[in-house]
Amino acid sequence: MATESGPAINPIHQFALHPVVSIQVEGHDVSLTNSGLYMLLAVALSCLLVAIGARGGSGVPGRMQAMAEMAYEFVAGMVRSSAGEAGMRFFPLVFCIFFFVLLGNLIGFFPYSFTVTSQIIITAALALMVFFTVVIVGIKDHGLQFFKIFVPPDVPIYILPLVVAIEVFSFFVRPVSHSVRLFANMLAGHITLNVFGAFVVMLLGAGAVFKAFAVLPFLMTIGLFALELLVAFLQAYVFAMLTCMYLNDSVHPGGH
Amino acid sequence: MEPHELAIAAKYVGAGLAAIGTGAAGIGVGTLFGQFLNGALRNPSAVEGQFGRLIFGFAVTEALGIFALLIAFLLLFAV
Repeated sequence: MATESGPAINPIHQFALHPVVSIQVEGHDVSLTNSGLYMLLAVALSCLLVAIGARGGSGVPGRMQAMAEMAYEFVAGMVRSSAGEAGMRFFPLVFCIFFFVLLGNLIGFFPYSFTVTSQIIITAALALMVFFTVVIVGIKDHGLQFFKIFVPPDVPIYILPLVVAIEVFSFFVRPVSHSVRLFANMLAGHITLNVFGAFVVMLLGAGAVFKAFAVLPFLMTIGLFALELLVAFLQAYVFAMLTCMYLNDSVHPGGH
Repeated sequence: MEPHELAIAAKYVGAGLAAIGTGAAGIGVGTLFGQFLNGALRNPSAVEGQFGRLIFGFAVTEALGIFALLIAFLLLFAV
């Protein structure tokens, strides 16, 4: 998508990985890439926000403490409502996942930064971690009872084989849909923002009459930015919510 | 037409076809909010408790449209 006056605009260039600090270990490339850097940033920022919030611990909370308490209550409510009181032992996991994804999404909105969650490998790693946690904890705690999740109660016997087949299939597809949902939302959102930004540049470079029309895609970009902020929060919420629902299977197998 | 040109044409046609899926997601999201409003007007006191489920359903439905859009973008820029 090269314009005649401006530089070539490639909407997916923003997702390219490149090493920030080059490290070679015995011929293997283990460089710190921009992806790794922004992941560290997301982790550091989430730790910092909660650490500052938890520092005082006074009866009358300040701003940061109020924010940390609200975040705690928000995630705790999410875990309690979908996995019950017994699911609260997974609270640290869900809290970490929620804040990592949320800050990964939000950091990506700064111009020239990198969106960690728009890489399928990262969302897939998170989703597989949840999947294996469910399987391992479920089998460890409930043994063969865990496989009740594949057999819904009150199903007539003659369609049971079909229902079990569908349940097994949907169980194994979970990490795919879990990871692709987040990755595709962030990727498509950022490409859309970039494409509309490119329209502004193209119209500005297209001559005097067209310059006036550049306002339209610019306004559209502002609107899309607001929508993407909503999506960034919503997808982090949905990712954490689905994590809770899947973990519920390992806490209460068969208790649909 | 050269085979190469044909491939480029097919790429753009494919991207256009993939974008139809976003309309299908539009139907889904419209149904979702319409039904929510329908229920909410009948029983306004239940709105607060179901808002989380509304947003959850919206995100899950909207994600399918995003998948279609993703395929369109991949065809346009990555293939």
